[in-house]
Amino acid sequence: MNDSVTAGVAGPRALVQDLSFYYGTFKALKRLNMPIADRRVTALIGPSGCGKSTFLRCFNRMHDLQPGARYEGSIILHPEDIDLVGREVDPIDVRMRIGMVFQKPNPFPTSIADNVTYGLRLRGMKSRTQLAHAVEQALRGAALWDEVKDRLHSSALALSGGQMQRLCIARALATNPEMILFDEPTSALDPIATAKIEELIAALREQVTVLIVTHNMQQAARISDFTAFMFLGELIEYASTATLFTNPSQKRTEDYITGRYG
Amino acid sequence: MSTLRRRRIMNFVAFSASMFATAIGLALLGAILWTLLSKGVGAVNLAVFTQMTPGPGSAGGLLNAIFGSVIMTLLGILIGAPIGLLAGTYLAEYGRGTRLSTVVRFINDVQLSAPSIIVGLFVYMLLVIRMGHFSAIAGAVALAVIALPVMVRTTEDMLNLVPRSMRDGSAALGAQPWRTITHIVYPAARNGLLTGAMLAVARISGETAPLLFTALNNQFWSSDLTRPMANLPVVIFQFAMSPYKDWQQLAWVGALLITLFVLVLSVIARSISTLFGQHSNPGE
Repeated sequence: MNDSVTAGVAGPRALVQDLSFYYGTFKALKRLNMPIADRRVTALIGPSGCGKSTFLRCFNRMHDLQPGARYEGSIILHPEDIDLVGREVDPIDVRMRIGMVFQKPNPFPTSIADNVTYGLRLRGMKSRTQLAHAVEQALRGAALWDEVKDRLHSSALALSGGQMQRLCIARALATNPEMILFDEPTSALDPIATAKIEELIAALREQVTVLIVTHNMQQAARISDFTAFMFLGELIEYASTATLFTNPSQKRTEDYITGRYG
Repeated sequence: MSTLRRRRIMNFVAFSASMFATAIGLALLGAILWTLLSKGVGAVNLAVFTQMTPGPGSAGGLLNAIFGSVIMTLLGILIGAPIGLLAGTYLAEYGRGTRLSTVVRFINDVQLSAPSIIVGLFVYMLLVIRMGHFSAIAGAVALAVIALPVMVRTTEDMLNLVPRSMRDGSAALGAQPWRTITHIVYPAARNGLLTGAMLAVARISGETAPLLFTALNNQFWSSDLTRPMANLPVVIFQFAMSPYKDWQQLAWVGALLITLFVLVLSVIARSISTLFGQHSNPGE
């Protein structure tokens, strides 16, 4: 980690150190090093197959659901200094701390309210009033409350795609995670729904650390504070978003953001 | 031009052949239903549902056989369905892609098409010989063995229809696999699982061979699971083979009852999946 990389980040929420990741014998990520700024939006960009989603899924150990996943190096989560990819760390504990929103909205086939409370019930919350309060909080946080407050107990599957995605964000927010991972959250949505989600993510930075994968460079430029450019499993450049898009230090970054490949 | 004509003729021939084959199938089904209705309906009366199977030459009904069939079918599905559900869950969830699941799936497919008389013999060896006599419980176990592979197969198929993304969503919130399966996957697949169980009931309610070796039959009322019990399929078999007119008449009624039961069950199962099927599939 050199100084220019850490510059601009006062207290990182997480620190990625020499992280490599293998699918079986295939090395998908090669010794990545970068900080994740606390309560800021960090974007991961790069061409298809560069490993940005693979990198994202290390943070909540989603890879552990498939056989043959192996990590090297560490992702240290502050302030408790837990190694998220540590062998002795239970993936379930990691997922209890780190929320995730997926590419395609994936609400559960239950009511809107039950979607939001799912994570809370998992964590042992039982009181009805507490749960009801949390539902309102989370739905307000995801800018969905006004649209669904009169049908909290009807099926989540009747919502529009954009509403579903905001419900998924509310579902993640409800558990008060230390970080939320977004895996191309707007790629399945229309432009209006996309704008709403982007607004929401930008607003979230006040309360939670955000790491977002996007294939859309304009989106990264619009909503993120820091951007990392990845290529073929390597981290090519990490900088503040303004710097990376206006004055990249690496030739490959420049080629990518000016549309020469990818 | 001649190629086009040849293709048209080929198409016409293929079309006619498949229509003809369909017609044969439908005609057979129609003939079976028609025969059952015309021979059976006339003999349906209150006595069928209130009286025991009679001796030759005297009047009677099918009450003990209906009761026995209901009991053994229910018991069979109560034993078979949970095991089938769990085994299917293993195949679709825990054992995905493992060698063991490939082997289990293959054996299950073999069992799915195993002759039911083999199942009867198996339970005969397993229970009847040890108990020293035929019994309703042995009959129920034999039916459970028949229902099991059906349940395994439908459970696996139905669980596989639930999108992986939904499981990921649950896992990402910190849920253990078992929690995800019981709280997310089962509810999402509920209609399909229900349909599968009903089709399994339909399948075993008409089985005769396994019961011949296990529950046998009983001329009288019995609700003792450790004793032989009357049941519709074996009564039909016995009465239809007899030279007595009354018995033959009752056999027709029994056959009609089973067929109607299976028909109604299949229609219900079908409408569950078409009426409510969409609601369990998220993202359209």
